[in-house]
Amino acid sequence: MKQFTLADCTTESAALSQLNGGAVVKAGGVDLLDLMKSGLIAPSRLVNIRNISGMNGIQSTPDGLKIGALTTLAEISENPEIKSQYAILSDACGHAATPHIRNMATLGGNLLQQNRCWYFRSDDFACLKKGKDVCFAFDGLNQYHAIFDNGTCPSVAPSSAAVALLGLNANVELSSAKRGKRTVALKDFYVKPEVNPMTRTVIQPDELLTAVTVPKPASGTRSAYQKYGDKKSFDWAIADAGVVLEMNGNICRKAAIVMGAASPVVRRSPEAEAVLQGKPITEETARAAGKAAMQGAQPLSMNGYKVQLFPVAIYRTILLAAGQMGRDPSAAG
Amino acid sequence: MATTKLTPEVDPLLQAAANAAPAAGTETVQMPVGVPGYTLRQEPRQVPVTEPPVLPVNKDLQYIGKSPTRWDSHAKVSGTARYTYDMQLPGMLYAKFVCASVPHARIVSVDTSEAEKLPGVKGVYVVQHLLGGAVLRNPSLDPSKYPIVRYAGQPVAAVAATHPHIAEQAAQLVKVQYDAKPFVVDMTQARQPNSPQVFPGPADQAGSAGGGGGPHDVPQTGNVHGPSIHKKGDPEQGFKDADVIVEGKYTTQVQVHNALETHGVVADWKPDLLTVWASTQGTASVRDELAAYFKMPKSQIRVITEFMGGGFGAKFGAGNPGVVAAQLSKQTGAPVWLMLDRKQEQLSAGNRPSSDQTLRIGAKKDGTITAMQLISYGTAGCGTGAGCAGPVTHLYDSPNLHTEENDVFINAGPAAAFRAPGHPQGAFALEQSIDELANKLNMDPIDLRDKIDSNPVRRVERQIIRESALWKSRNPKPGAGAGSGYLKRGVGLSQSVWYRFIRMDSSAEVRVHRDGSIEVLSAVQDIGTGIKTVMAQVLAEQFGVPPQQIAVKIGDTNYPIGPNSGGSVTTASLTPAVRDAAWQASQKFLASIAPALNTTADDLVLTGGEVRSKSGKLQPVSFRRAAKKMDTDVVSAQAKRIPDYDPAKYDTYGGVDVAEVEVDTEMGLIHVKRIFAVHDCGRPMNPMQVKNQINGGLIQGISYALYENRLLDPKFGYMVNPNLDMYKIAGPRDIPQLDVHVIESYIGQSSTDASGIGEAAGVMSAAAAIANAFHNATGVRIRSTPMTPAVVLEALKQAPQRSETA
Repeated sequence: MKQFTLADCTTESAALSQLNGGAVVKAGGVDLLDLMKSGLIAPSRLVNIRNISGMNGIQSTPDGLKIGALTTLAEISENPEIKSQYAILSDACGHAATPHIRNMATLGGNLLQQNRCWYFRSDDFACLKKGKDVCFAFDGLNQYHAIFDNGTCPSVAPSSAAVALLGLNANVELSSAKRGKRTVALKDFYVKPEVNPMTRTVIQPDELLTAVTVPKPASGTRSAYQKYGDKKSFDWAIADAGVVLEMNGNICRKAAIVMGAASPVVRRSPEAEAVLQGKPITEETARAAGKAAMQGAQPLSMNGYKVQLFPVAIYRTILLAAGQMGRDPSAAG
Repeated sequence: MATTKLTPEVDPLLQAAANAAPAAGTETVQMPVGVPGYTLRQEPRQVPVTEPPVLPVNKDLQYIGKSPTRWDSHAKVSGTARYTYDMQLPGMLYAKFVCASVPHARIVSVDTSEAEKLPGVKGVYVVQHLLGGAVLRNPSLDPSKYPIVRYAGQPVAAVAATHPHIAEQAAQLVKVQYDAKPFVVDMTQARQPNSPQVFPGPADQAGSAGGGGGPHDVPQTGNVHGPSIHKKGDPEQGFKDADVIVEGKYTTQVQVHNALETHGVVADWKPDLLTVWASTQGTASVRDELAAYFKMPKSQIRVITEFMGGGFGAKFGAGNPGVVAAQLSKQTGAPVWLMLDRKQEQLSAGNRPSSDQTLRIGAKKDGTITAMQLISYGTAGCGTGAGCAGPVTHLYDSPNLHTEENDVFINAGPAAAFRAPGHPQGAFALEQSIDELANKLNMDPIDLRDKIDSNPVRRVERQIIRESALWKSRNPKPGAGAGSGYLKRGVGLSQSVWYRFIRMDSSAEVRVHRDGSIEVLSAVQDIGTGIKTVMAQVLAEQFGVPPQQIAVKIGDTNYPIGPNSGGSVTTASLTPAVRDAAWQASQKFLASIAPALNTTADDLVLTGGEVRSKSGKLQPVSFRRAAKKMDTDVVSAQAKRIPDYDPAKYDTYGGVDVAEVEVDTEMGLIHVKRIFAVHDCGRPMNPMQVKNQINGGLIQGISYALYENRLLDPKFGYMVNPNLDMYKIAGPRDIPQLDVHVIESYIGQSSTDASGIGEAAGVMSAAAAIANAFHNATGVRIRSTPMTPAVVLEALKQAPQRSETA
């Protein structure tokens, strides 16, 4: 790790004024320190935003929720309103990583963390995501890599919270000293590798992610998230599913089906959603939706098994959201 | 412990003792032998008259066989325990290795000038002689100024600086020019005749104090070092005589030790004394390797290990970190801290070799085995030691046996002894084959083992399992115990065996002070198993005072020699020396106070914290008050390990483990619900600590069975998961209910009759028990580890193997 200066900021404007000359923001420091320790980034200045009081906490508004970017995953997972009205989000935040990481990791940092790929994360390999012109996963060890949108860079989206927030149609608030605030829908926040493999989101180097807003779900909405790993403790997802169902009795008016570890950017499945729309939720429709979600999957040499796992994760999570099945003992964390 | 040997390792001193006529100065004593409640009896032993009285079985003892509070638990839990990693000395420098960035090369030049110019850098050293890994029989085949790079991550040089970050930066400034050679990191590819060769000729590896290493006198063809062949009887005829033959191919992965504390030392080279704090399993082994490397007398080296954070077999000797830190300290005149980072730990500090085994077993209809044959290949990287014939050689009775073990060199870090070398691999194949045989013969797996396993202790263990609710809940029909739905339940069993090894270099000194305080000293290190507590218990029993009153001083070569902790030897080797020293010190103590009490030493006994008179002519007096009567300030006695009382008698230890699993057949996940483990280790000195070790062994075994895997990119030769998030180790939610049952098994071999438990702790059998439970659940046999969802789903595509059911 190279030496750096630490700018400890207590206000948003102070932090914004520091964001120049290659400075990097530090909130919980979870992914950031990993990246620095493995030499993937070597910023000369870290801007610590952890102590900015205005960017913390969960506000209930008439339109839904406003969650400060510094709110920890633990706080989100334990919030009573989120638990009851936005179960997918408390599930996702409550099953990420480990309890000690959830106590440190912030929502903003979680959404901004880098993708998972052991070639990218290793200092032995200089790949597409580091500005070179080669991806090692295609001909290498790719059992944990993407099964969709994997033509350029098959790294996988790491954030469980992003899966939940995409299902809830959330927006992120960005702030810059020069250009002021802007709001970006989460569905437009992440950048596909085909566009630019080195840029994960649309956030600019002088911008701070200050908050996430979540629209109030329609009445009759039920939701859930489950993730599956090789291990149940402290593992990255090999398959996961976020499900939001707008129910009218037992009929599904509208559904959002989201996958994380399937692709480089969290992915909604319109095919799976179409299967459920206007139908009762049963094991049969849930399984059909899971199957439909795999349309267009293009597994690599070693990750074909994930095409089998995702439909299972999806059908079981649909049934969990609909209250027809308990939390899956096979699910992680 | 070279597990490839067909005969148990015999210590030369034991051998000499066995061959000697009953020595003068011995007497015949009766000792408890067997398992209480099952086979306990008295057997005669010839014992030196200088030995302390025979210890009765645990229930008749006050402190031994009980589980007092662990000696160092408070220090460990509160964070005050000081590990090598924590060491801080005035003026200490931090060192960092420069590691090879290519998997195979001759080093052309090493330019350290830029690194040396960096402010804060105090010393740079280029490695001249590399420790670990195999060495060419004819070194002239590979001439080179520097050690040939045989794996990515091999230490090339090291820098010492005033701050770790400066050292890290300086390490990046060292320029190494490589003449790259073709490499191979895939074992199957390495076996091909046209594969790149890791060594240009035959090469062998020495074992460490903890075992490992492979055979030397074997042929080598390309990268294949072997076979090492052992034959007993007439295996061909044995297979002809068989009514049933089972044959299977099994593969296991490379596992990395990944102790929480990485390898390393702090070395402080002063003109008259080199002091080294080491994270080691053998203080003496570190001293001895440094003495040999630097051609120094042992008396000028002191090695200290106050606490150490795990070793599992890989931490013997000074190793590359030890000699390099000492060298840098000598160069700079300052203490040098050199601990590996996690990546270096995974690349260069040892691992458990892989295996690719073909196992055949022939049997009669009644289960009697007629022949067994194991052909194995495994890779220990650029080292040897991948033999895995231990279980097939030692677990079952077969008149005919044929084993061929091969090491396959690849361009990866050398293996090191790893908790029961060879056995987890061997048992994974053997115990599944025995399960398959039982299914083919339509026999209960326990009945079959009763037929073919004559070990009396395991027979008792199987009986306990047969009577357990868990075993009774097993549906004997594979794949039928499941009910409907995607969750299939199964129960499976595996056995394991380990050997009785004794290290004669095991001594202790016991001192009694006039203030009534008692201390015991030995250079032995506590690798986390709790030997400190056990030493206190032995003294407590002898002096009749609570163990908390004993001061235990260990982990320092200034004290009498202690055994290197590998091969499950520590408790078995050291505690008799401790008890003998305690016994002698207690006799000296009584002799020292008797005159002042107007009696003789043989009238006095130590019990209940008091000195009491056998004749009743004295009132009991507290130990502390009696000590004030000593005629000198301190009495002491030092004792060494004497040979086992009956060295010709050879014992093994082991256990029988039953796993209950639930298989999620849609997700390919194996949920281990419970393991019932019945194990033996001679006299359990501290049953709680024995259980702790078995808990740890089972967890390590589960982790091996389901998760851990060192993965090397085949095209570039780099490890892709040299961290602890993608090198997956079982976490809290992955650990099932562990029901551990430790039986007492007396063997009448020493003054404590203790044995070891480190290897026989479930790490050998967990994978096989889980795989057998998987077969019981699904009717499908899974023959490769780790059993990840990808592997499980692939296996489940096979139709259930009806042939296994009768």
